[in-house]
Amino acid sequence: MNVHVTQPETQGSAAPAVDYDEKIVKQFFTATVVWALVGMLAGVWVALQLAWWPANLDNPYTTFGRLRPLHTNAVIFAFAGNTVFLGIYHSMQRLLKTRMFSDALSQFHFWGWQLIIVAAALTLPFGHTQSKEYAELIWPIDIAIAVVWVVFAINFFGTIAIRKVKHLYVAIWFYMSFVLTVAVLHIVNNLSLPVSFTKSYPIYSGMTDALVQWWYGHNAVAFFLTTPFLGLMYYYLPKAANRPVFSYRLSIIHFWSLVFLYIWAGPHHLLYSALPDWAQTVGAAFSIMLIAPSWGGMLNGLLTLRGAWDRVRTDPVLKFFVVAVSFYGMATFEGPMMSIRPVNGLAHFTNWVVGHVHSGALGWNGFMGFGILYFLAPRIFGRIAKPSWVETHFWLGTIGIVLYIVSMWSAGLTEGLMWRAVGEDGLLQYPNFVSIVDRLNLFYWIRFLGGAMYLVGAVMMAWNLWLTARGGGSPDAELPVAAPAK
Amino acid sequence: MNTNKAANPPDWHRRLIENKGGLMAVLSVAAIAVGSLVELVPMFTLEFEPREIEHVTPYTPLEVAGRDIYIREGCYLCHSQWVRPFRSETLRYGEWSRASEYAYDQPFQLGSRRIGPDLHRVGGKYNDAWHYEHMKDPRSTSPGSIMPPYKWLYDASWSGDDIDASVAGLITLGQPFPQEQAGNPQAHAFKQAKAISEGLKEFDIEVSADKEIVALIAYLQRLGQDSKAMAEARAAAEGGE
Repeated sequence: MNVHVTQPETQGSAAPAVDYDEKIVKQFFTATVVWALVGMLAGVWVALQLAWWPANLDNPYTTFGRLRPLHTNAVIFAFAGNTVFLGIYHSMQRLLKTRMFSDALSQFHFWGWQLIIVAAALTLPFGHTQSKEYAELIWPIDIAIAVVWVVFAINFFGTIAIRKVKHLYVAIWFYMSFVLTVAVLHIVNNLSLPVSFTKSYPIYSGMTDALVQWWYGHNAVAFFLTTPFLGLMYYYLPKAANRPVFSYRLSIIHFWSLVFLYIWAGPHHLLYSALPDWAQTVGAAFSIMLIAPSWGGMLNGLLTLRGAWDRVRTDPVLKFFVVAVSFYGMATFEGPMMSIRPVNGLAHFTNWVVGHVHSGALGWNGFMGFGILYFLAPRIFGRIAKPSWVETHFWLGTIGIVLYIVSMWSAGLTEGLMWRAVGEDGLLQYPNFVSIVDRLNLFYWIRFLGGAMYLVGAVMMAWNLWLTARGGGSPDAELPVAAPAK
Repeated sequence: MNTNKAANPPDWHRRLIENKGGLMAVLSVAAIAVGSLVELVPMFTLEFEPREIEHVTPYTPLEVAGRDIYIREGCYLCHSQWVRPFRSETLRYGEWSRASEYAYDQPFQLGSRRIGPDLHRVGGKYNDAWHYEHMKDPRSTSPGSIMPPYKWLYDASWSGDDIDASVAGLITLGQPFPQEQAGNPQAHAFKQAKAISEGLKEFDIEVSADKEIVALIAYLQRLGQDSKAMAEARAAAEGGE
């Protein structure tokens, strides 16, 4: 009776073909590729600015302080966001054996989201910002985000309501948690009083504002960059490996423990601050506990490949997925470790944190996204124009990530230790801050090189996919994708 | 085929939850509500140490304008305002940061990176002329700095109307501006700016009071002043002298 639950889409394989909305899938596919390039280019640019300050270009619009939010917003909400929507609109229809609830709402969601991204790109360089990390966008755009999100939620739950399959596969649980929690986080953190069309002040102040922000900020990582990507992992990894998920029981346990524990973790961004001690301790404790559900998810993903490891050598999609899940495991080991007070005391404010974030962003989110794009391209366009380029992209990206995170570990430890070095005379050993900054220059150049390699790989992907799309071929998505998996 | 552990899945979870989208939605919101409420609600009733908060006042109208420039330029992306209670930090920067000092920080500016040094104790550390030169050409005062120059702050003017709107907003949010500031914020701002530009003349610097750099200097020089007042009061209370 329950034998089919561990593999997406084995149910109802005898049912008549469903008329899926393929247009919306292609739209989000295109947007994912375009915004990947924009977000990563901005990242490489700000990396260059730290290695070589004249790259600020001596004008207001391209200084580090204005471009860094553009980079973070572009990769999180534009690249990763469109990746998630691409995966949800593609997999959800197939998992629930139904077309999306409303094509009109799908279109509203797509164009609304792209307009929000354009609005972000047109406001951040002009200095219109709320200054809350990953919630920089000004209040009119925040309202637009809320409206588009509600439309997406109606479409999402509408599709669940009209589903032809009774059972909700594990990927859908993670998508659901994403849709609901992001709405809560976005609204609570952006409550503010407008004083002009471009400026507002938050209703919270001081440490309360700081805690609300990092409750939001860390859970943007959790519920925008983790839970939906785990949902994608639960659909695309078994599909690409042609193996059922390792453990259904583990997926239940790690889903509920992940969503319950993650929301507490925000205060680890405020250790040794003026936040009340109890809140710091609770936040750190839950952050350390998070390793259990995180590794539960990682192991469930990797062990799904049991018996298919030989194909990882030859299938580039599986390569991207395996490296992505491995980096997820590494980042979710590093995160709890960095939440331990003495470790945090050394790591906080340093480049180590930047390296940690990019293990997740470049490794987990980026490589999941690339893997999904390469998985879908032949199913949408019938082929891939240059298969050998996929392999090159994989190695450029992997080596780029390693250069990035190793240089940032080195830079972080260097500055962290130099800041705190006190001699036997009781005085700072490096009282001149700039002398410490100077030591980081080589690491900043290595990080720039790693980021540039990663970007070159993404450019190769975009070029490859453009050739693939232009070359035509009949879009016969139904045949390879909805066929019984075994 | 299913020889793994999933061959015998927890049937109740499937029957009760996985087949019912609405219930699953409610439960997943409940799961995130617990931690959110436990951590956030007590923060809404946060009370400050009375002997500290009495020395903390809202930023003046001109400092509010300077703070808006600080936010606009993304200064917080490279500079923290958060001295941790470590010996190495109190040696480098000064007194560690208290919760009450942030009472009128809307939005907060603690920051998350130190690409440059912490600024929570920068007020009074250098004179106005130093800031004037540093923002125009950071390497003239700090050789080896990687900070970009901010030349446009010397051309653009702050707007009195914006200051009025900002102060009105902050008053609505509950900030207790003294009457001489709340009555006519932009007039107060102009007076404070005039004093800064007059002071800069002593260093042979001619700058009009309405330039953005003047507002930014006012804000930077304010940082840490409340902490100093607290420390002085603490010393007096302990009868140290």
